[in-house]
Amino acid sequence: MNEKILEKLSILADAAKYDVSCASSGTSRPAVKGGIGTTTGWGICHSFTPDGRCISLFKILLTNHCIYDCAYCTNRRSNDVKRTAFTPRELAELTIAFYQRNYIEGLFLSSGVIRNPDYTMEQMLRVVKLLRDEYRFNGYIHMKAIPGASDELIAQAGRYADRMSVNLEIPSEENLKLLAPEKSYSEVFAPMRFIQQGMLESAEERKKFRSAPRFVPAGQSTQLIIGATPDSDRQILTLASALYRRPSFKRVYYSGYIPVNRGDSRLPALAAPPLVRENRLYQADWLMRFYAFNASEIVNETHPDLDLDVDPKMGWALRHPEFFPVDVNTAPYEMILRVPGIGVKSAKLIVVSRRYGRLSIPQLKKIGVVMKRAQYFIVNRELPMQTVNELTPQYVRRQVTQKQKNRAAALLQYPIEWGE
Amino acid sequence: MVLFLYDKTFEGLLSCIFFAYAQKRFPDMILSATDQQPLFADERYVVDTDKEKASRVWSSLEKKLSKIARKMMMSVWISGLPETEMLLFRYIRKNLDHPQGVELNFGDADVLRVKEIAQQISREAHRIVQFVRFQETADGIWFAPIAPRYNMLPVVVNHFRSRYATQPWILYDTTRNRGLYWDTHTVEEVSFSPADLAELRLGKLEGEKQSDDEQLFQQIWREYFRSITIRERLNLKLQQQHMPKKYWKYLTELQQ
Repeated sequence: MNEKILEKLSILADAAKYDVSCASSGTSRPAVKGGIGTTTGWGICHSFTPDGRCISLFKILLTNHCIYDCAYCTNRRSNDVKRTAFTPRELAELTIAFYQRNYIEGLFLSSGVIRNPDYTMEQMLRVVKLLRDEYRFNGYIHMKAIPGASDELIAQAGRYADRMSVNLEIPSEENLKLLAPEKSYSEVFAPMRFIQQGMLESAEERKKFRSAPRFVPAGQSTQLIIGATPDSDRQILTLASALYRRPSFKRVYYSGYIPVNRGDSRLPALAAPPLVRENRLYQADWLMRFYAFNASEIVNETHPDLDLDVDPKMGWALRHPEFFPVDVNTAPYEMILRVPGIGVKSAKLIVVSRRYGRLSIPQLKKIGVVMKRAQYFIVNRELPMQTVNELTPQYVRRQVTQKQKNRAAALLQYPIEWGE
Repeated sequence: MVLFLYDKTFEGLLSCIFFAYAQKRFPDMILSATDQQPLFADERYVVDTDKEKASRVWSSLEKKLSKIARKMMMSVWISGLPETEMLLFRYIRKNLDHPQGVELNFGDADVLRVKEIAQQISREAHRIVQFVRFQETADGIWFAPIAPRYNMLPVVVNHFRSRYATQPWILYDTTRNRGLYWDTHTVEEVSFSPADLAELRLGKLEGEKQSDDEQLFQQIWREYFRSITIRERLNLKLQQQHMPKKYWKYLTELQQ
């Protein structure tokens, strides 16, 4: 290792930072004899950058050389930026050195496309093979599958990686064609399908032979850039929900568009990245994954975009006052989960605790219910009849938005990865 | 007021439970002999620790409480908070008195409090696991200072032992002046002299104490931390929320 590494690292980390995925969850693997590292099942973040995002994995590009010219990408061919590349050995050594110091939970390896997809994928494979076979690295590895790479290379990668991802980037095919003329949905979906197939086959094998090799045990993920194209939240969430229906899919990430390439007429001129919208999309994503909401309940023909002033669960509740009020002492778990101000944890606590006796408002507060939002949607003996039905949705909306506007900054949060 | 005095061991506390039921005297305060005692105590009892009686209390708890609930009780115990004894006493008593136990009654203030303290401990354990930074010393031992609020070494030792099985390391709690040393075979306790400790409080090994590459890798890591930040999204409040300032002292990426 020497000082030249510093410059390479600074260029290639800088170019990798727009990929928002950081999760290291989904595989649990004990130590192996003579090897270094474990994976824990839930994600461990190791640091948080001044933008508030977590560093869990050593997220890095093998190279920022690229044969493609995608409008939204900082590494596109036509950009005049400094180019460099790591050798597989350098990258493996850096990963181990960082891991030994407990800086990271593993490696997230991505790359610009050099020469052709197969060549790029081969170079990336060399890094992870060095890590696993030579350095006996047993920590987390997330790898990008390069669209267009051969099935055989993807299959090899899948045996070394914990998670693989292919980024869709643009939520509709027509806009992808516009911004990335050299890419297509079919090219992105092909490796996605192949990874899924590999996972299902490996699961089958492992039923018969416990020692059968694992294939991408932590599943796959993808990223969508938000706000670079006029695609609606309805298009985005419908796409995400279709992806979540695939058995291998663990996460969809939403990345608020940051204008890295100014002056391209195909892209909007934004004053600031759409952070509130991005946050609302993550909230909607949580509703689909943990609260049993359908995409069509969150956004539909009449409401194609998420309300930026209220969270999507509140938005749904205000559009559906007929479901409320909910009696916290008798209603089923699924209904309690739909009350604004009650999260998964407090809903569970309510359901187990009410068997011992009725829960009062102070008790609900202590359990973690946010009464500022929940009060309009629940009944309990002690509550006055001031629910959303008497007060009207319009009135409740005014009440909750007034309080929220002052705290707009607090909304700009990334979901935390652990505890999934 | 009824006052119990005990020896500050967990078995001693369980003995207090046994004593209370046997004598039908329930304490308002449980203290150790060395604690400052209140001036007005109507009744004072010195409860001797009895392993046999303590294990009888524990086994009746095992019948009623899930493993998770018992683990939460142990978290409260290692928290060392001033409320520990009375909270655990009330918690155990409520569970013994109720036919099925009350561990899921989170409407009860004590049950909820036990869960809250257990959560604080597990949160801190999580933060230690995240924010420990090893430095390589000249003699090949990986050294990491920590300064947690609670005594976390026994809670996190297994994580580091399995993760870094092949590298010898020292995890050192600079607040309690006590550390664990893993020589790749066994873990043993170590503690440094006051002079060494004074130096450790800075958190950085200096000069010939570090390995040849250590400075360079720390510099590379700081450069990575800087490069991966997106300036258009600065949100220092969120950063601090996830990574409280009290942990910054020993974080390589935030040192200069």
